[in-house]
Amino acid sequence: MTGAPLLSLTIFLPLIGAILLMVMAHGDDAAAQRNARWIALWTTLLTFAVSLFIWVRFDPSVAGFQMVEEHPWVGNGISYKLGVDGISMLFVILTTFLMPLCILASWDSITTRVKEYMIAFLLLETLMTGVFCSLDLVLFYLFFEGGLIPMFLIIGVWGGTRRVYASFKFFLYTLAGSVLMLLALMAMYYHAGTTDIVALLKPGAFPPAMQTWLWLAFFASFAVKMPMWPVHTWLPDAHVEAPTAGSVILAGVLLKMGGYGFLRFSLPMFPAASHHFAPLVFTLSIIAIIYTSLVALAQEDMKKLIAYSSVAHMGYVTMGLFTLTTQGIQGGIFQMLSHGLVSSALFLCVGVIYDRMHTRDIAAYGGLVERMPMYAVALMVFTLANVGLPGTSGFIGEFLTLLGAFKASTWVAFFATIGVILSAAYALYLYRRVIFGVLDKANLKDILDLSPREIAILTPLVVLTIFFGFYPSPLIDPTAASVQKLIADAQTGVKLAEAAARQVAALSP
Amino acid sequence: MLTTLIDLLHGPLKPEIMLVTAAMGLLMVGAFERHEDGRTINWLAIVFLGLVGFLIAYRAYLHPGAYDSSFEGAWINDGFARFMKLLVLIGAAGALLLSVAYFRDVGRLRFEYPVLVLLSVAGMFMMISAGDLIALYLGLEMQSLALYVVAAIRRNDLRSSEAGLKYFVLGSLSSGMLLYGASLLYGFTGSTHFHDIAAATQASAAGGPNIGILFGLVFLLAGLAFKVSAVPFHMWVPDVYQGAPTPVTAFFAAAPKIAAFALLIRVLETAMPGIANQWQQIVAFLAIASMLLGAFAAIGQYNIKRLMAYSSIGHGGFALVGLAAGTQDGVQGVLIYLAIYLAMTLGTFAVILGMRRDGKYVEEIHQLAGLGRTNLTLAALLAALMFSLAGIPPLAGFWAKWFVFLPAIRAGLYPLAVIGVLASVVGAYYYLRIIKIMFFDEPAKDFDPMPGLVRIVLGAAAAFIILFTLFPGPLVNAAERAAQSLF
Repeated sequence: MTGAPLLSLTIFLPLIGAILLMVMAHGDDAAAQRNARWIALWTTLLTFAVSLFIWVRFDPSVAGFQMVEEHPWVGNGISYKLGVDGISMLFVILTTFLMPLCILASWDSITTRVKEYMIAFLLLETLMTGVFCSLDLVLFYLFFEGGLIPMFLIIGVWGGTRRVYASFKFFLYTLAGSVLMLLALMAMYYHAGTTDIVALLKPGAFPPAMQTWLWLAFFASFAVKMPMWPVHTWLPDAHVEAPTAGSVILAGVLLKMGGYGFLRFSLPMFPAASHHFAPLVFTLSIIAIIYTSLVALAQEDMKKLIAYSSVAHMGYVTMGLFTLTTQGIQGGIFQMLSHGLVSSALFLCVGVIYDRMHTRDIAAYGGLVERMPMYAVALMVFTLANVGLPGTSGFIGEFLTLLGAFKASTWVAFFATIGVILSAAYALYLYRRVIFGVLDKANLKDILDLSPREIAILTPLVVLTIFFGFYPSPLIDPTAASVQKLIADAQTGVKLAEAAARQVAALSP
Repeated sequence: MLTTLIDLLHGPLKPEIMLVTAAMGLLMVGAFERHEDGRTINWLAIVFLGLVGFLIAYRAYLHPGAYDSSFEGAWINDGFARFMKLLVLIGAAGALLLSVAYFRDVGRLRFEYPVLVLLSVAGMFMMISAGDLIALYLGLEMQSLALYVVAAIRRNDLRSSEAGLKYFVLGSLSSGMLLYGASLLYGFTGSTHFHDIAAATQASAAGGPNIGILFGLVFLLAGLAFKVSAVPFHMWVPDVYQGAPTPVTAFFAAAPKIAAFALLIRVLETAMPGIANQWQQIVAFLAIASMLLGAFAAIGQYNIKRLMAYSSIGHGGFALVGLAAGTQDGVQGVLIYLAIYLAMTLGTFAVILGMRRDGKYVEEIHQLAGLGRTNLTLAALLAALMFSLAGIPPLAGFWAKWFVFLPAIRAGLYPLAVIGVLASVVGAYYYLRIIKIMFFDEPAKDFDPMPGLVRIVLGAAAAFIILFTLFPGPLVNAAERAAQSLF
């Protein structure tokens, strides 16, 4: 497949699937629903297969962008430009990997408006993959912001009881952050005369004073998306009300866009500002890690608990990224990928029992191990990975980010490590209340263990979680060269800014 | 052969003459024909609009940079004028297409209606081509008088009459202010020609702005702000939009607004470039006030026409952002904004005209409940229009905002841009509310099948806003050429 526009293909295959669904599936009877499900499943599987070729063709020794496609688009300076480097490539794979699982997870639980549901998911896949592949600011924004539309509908149409509130909150929070970024994009376009990300990545592309404002505008968007304390409040609501697959995508991919944005824009393009604001990010990250872990401890709703634990885990990511050390950044990327697997799996696990009992109340469960041994094992693996136990993928990310933080500041590392203890507390407490104890609730007496479909969904996740815990290099090696380049560029950028500041100081009397 | 014919038909003023002649002719036909059904005349009017549009477009294609002027520069036909005239024609033709089924349902289509629309379009053409304060006023009044009558075309309907009367009284007030401003400008610059005014203001600006000219500018702008429904001269809009028959509202939201913007741009950019820093402040204020009021006041609306009125005020504010930048890019942005807004407006009003239950038109937004289940296609198209109005990519509405905020950022108008985008977030709330009602709520009864013509307008508008991202080139380039001809 050499020479084929792999990235465009990966992005637009789901769109083609969605159009196919619009044209072909008619009515809402059982046959039409079945067709819609199968079309969606095959589309996502095919997309995943195509995206694996990206990984195969990817050359980990190259630090720059690969598989670049470019076509003129709007006026001068704005083009349709795609490409991946070590930072973005794995996120593309993560997206395409999670998508078939989402379709499978919605197989029986979505019974109304199946066709529309599948169309929304396929559109969402197109937009999410596009975010990670874009090498043009405007194209990036288009995909980044366009993703709101299908997600809004997924939460609002197929969500729980407070779905309207949750979907509006999700949409308006994210939009409010993004429009400020849009203005920053315009300022960058005006300053540099191009929106080509590769050109803008050159160190010293923006003067330090401008960097501060641009950084803040981008921060507004990515901090909401990440989400960072104190703008995280949309996330628990969105997670709780979204259907299972929606939660998976939110936790698995959409949150990663914030971290990816920091890596792609804030750190390399505004290095001086990133350096300047790093203490702020550390403070917010530590508050997120400790505060949201404590909040998670008090939750009565399973999904809400996992949502707060996501916020805490994203705190490690932001902390790691802004240390600007190899360990911190690679750890942050690894943590995002691992969290993409683990938190998705946790939401899928909640979905499994929710489909049976139609409640997410922790108190409604207990003693499940007696009726659902396989489920208990799967949930245990993911719970321990969430805690960051050595031997699971969660450990590698947390350990590396803490290492990076330790290099940057011992106090940051100290406070962040407290979060590890707290995460063990809330995760194990959840596990004990749901799985162990006496099975004394009458309606749980005849609950069934995992069905073959559920096994098919959870097995790959269990395997990968443990595999990457023991052998993380498939996820770490491809990122190495790009991360080194990013750090080198960022340091050059900081030096340039300092030199400029000295010059100004020398000139003034 | 065709080329010479078109050049012949397109000397100075020919499209205007054609339109007026057609209006007169159709008036005669209508008056002398025995049966009082205006549908044939409506169709003939649409054909004439299409013909004029074809002539203008074909000539623009043959001679992209052609510049005609007559009456010693009082009437100008440049690239800018051609662009705006085409938009006006599309708006008017779209509104006439939407009218057929509506007037069949609520009574009959009076033949005066298409004739009045043609006359108002001729007035708009004069506004767009005006190069002189007198021509400006003539065009404005010709347009407005026809519009007052059109608003009250359902004369037995209380609301329609009320809308017409309100529009007339407030419109006359604004005309008075505009005339007062024009006379001040004439008094202090000694000419009614835009070019002479430009020279005079330039000369006076050297020694500090002349207070008389500034007063004239303020009054002139107040009058024009009324026509583009900018806050604080917006009070007539919700009542007129709600009261006028729906296709007429569609016409109001599309064509006259564009003509008024054309007038505003031409006056400010060709007659007042010397005191740009003065009018930029006023335009920036109008923009901020309109964006904020449009966003906040629409939240409490339950009638969809009234909601669209506030939405139209807000969008006027966004378009003014581009004008506030005062640059060629800014004007280009306004032109792109207006073109895209035209499509969104026509599409949305087509949907409103499709809201028909048991033969009756309904206007409350809760009537849309559950449309996502009863009529998915219609709901999906309206959702696309709403997301586009909210400015969410990849729909056309996003590009509209992109092209007006970019020049504002370039001109350093950061507070204006920040307030603008935040207002668009507030505005997103009420567009989302419509989507919520359609998709998240339990279904009400299905609507009656949509009339074919309404379907066509909706389909064309929706296709434009959805596919614009793929092919932005033609409109962007055309707007660039149009904006160039002013500078």
